[in-house]
Amino acid sequence: MKSKADVVIIGGGVNGCSLAYKLAKKGLDVVVVEKKYLSSGATGACGAGIRQQWSTRENALLAIKSVKMFEQLSRELGQDIEFRQGGYLIAVHDEKEMEQAEKNVAMQRSLGLKVDILKPEEITNVVPILDVQGMKAIGATFCPTDGHANPFRTTFAYADAARSHGAEINTHTTVMNLKTAKKAIRTVITDKGPIQTNVVVNAAGIDSKAIAEMVHIHLPLTPMRKEIMATERLQPLFEAMVISFKDGVYFSQQKEGQIVGGIPIPEEKGGYKTMPTFRFLEHMSRTLTRYAPMLKHVNLLRHWTGFYDVTPDARPILGEVKGIKGFLQCNGFSGHGFMISPMVTELLTDLIVEGKTSEVLQNLTLDRFKDNNIEKELSVVG
Amino acid sequence: MKRSIVCRCEDISEEDVIHAIDEGYTDIEELRKKLRIGMGPCQGRVCIQIVARILEKKTGKKVATTPLPTVRPPIIPVSLGTLASENDEK
Repeated sequence: MKSKADVVIIGGGVNGCSLAYKLAKKGLDVVVVEKKYLSSGATGACGAGIRQQWSTRENALLAIKSVKMFEQLSRELGQDIEFRQGGYLIAVHDEKEMEQAEKNVAMQRSLGLKVDILKPEEITNVVPILDVQGMKAIGATFCPTDGHANPFRTTFAYADAARSHGAEINTHTTVMNLKTAKKAIRTVITDKGPIQTNVVVNAAGIDSKAIAEMVHIHLPLTPMRKEIMATERLQPLFEAMVISFKDGVYFSQQKEGQIVGGIPIPEEKGGYKTMPTFRFLEHMSRTLTRYAPMLKHVNLLRHWTGFYDVTPDARPILGEVKGIKGFLQCNGFSGHGFMISPMVTELLTDLIVEGKTSEVLQNLTLDRFKDNNIEKELSVVG
Repeated sequence: MKRSIVCRCEDISEEDVIHAIDEGYTDIEELRKKLRIGMGPCQGRVCIQIVARILEKKTGKKVATTPLPTVRPPIIPVSLGTLASENDEK
């Protein structure tokens, strides 16, 4: 392992690997340190969706620009990341939800996104297997350029590209401590030895909180266990991701044919417990067969857990922390880190390489919680 | 062309596994995510031991010390209708 680097990235998820690639491409000496294996955290457990329909401007902007980059990514990285745009259909269940949906759509359209509001009878034109009465929908919003990609393939492709530009990626390597001098980052101590550096990026998912505590920075992150399931492979049935903010459910059919989806358990509390529950299977299978009754004949193969690293406003914490020079955050994604990773890592690359900041980045620093300058993201699912 | 199938669920051959190991995927979990071995209806009962042996041959990592991938319930496939039918939703 190298003992010196321009930048040390803690965390080998999609954001860590994407940032490593972009920085290495700019000629920086980058080292990634990952406790387990690549994509072992939230990235590898996620629902693979890529959505631009958000309620806050920052998230919508990050996602819209990320989709533009996802469209080019397979070609850029030289590996198929299985990106495809089947759209996101968001079910709307009552007048109050419709009011918020109209507000969201107006904001999204002002950013140039194509989004439609569907009448109940138009829902099955998009996803034929849905039972509109069963799902109790009075309408839906639909954005045809939303979609999916394969999170494993995306992370591995970024990592391969990073390595070919000279980045060093160390899996099964744990950060033990961070050392500062004169209020600036100096050394990352790992179980395989120390690395001297002036810049550390904390992209460690739910472990970001513990990493920040090493330099006495408190991140307002709560780990929320989420459960998700996959069925056996089926012939192609539908292309869109179906989600509902009211029921919390989301599901889509992946490229290989399996239906992947999740739903929160109503009584779930925060914590680091990883055990999957039978309660989830009951709740998920009931909701899914209510939305799409024909799926009751389909076998569920497996179900697993992952974590959302949730912030008080459900938006990520990005950029440099006041008080410690060179200590950057790239965490708190609250369940949507995969879909905005291309743009997030682009903004952080500009910040690290050129010292360039942006309005979005400034609105998403840790300071917003201190200044109480928060606008909560409402469009959260799962 | 003769192919030795390692994973019947996802149609992965011995050559596919060797190729992935050569590319640097030497962790059983990484191999699983790269190749989808153990993600089909058998949930790894057929393939994982064979993959662990190929991994030992290629890298020297002993089968006995290679951890099994995380077990994902249910143990056998169950239909959504069966799972949904037990009791009425509270």
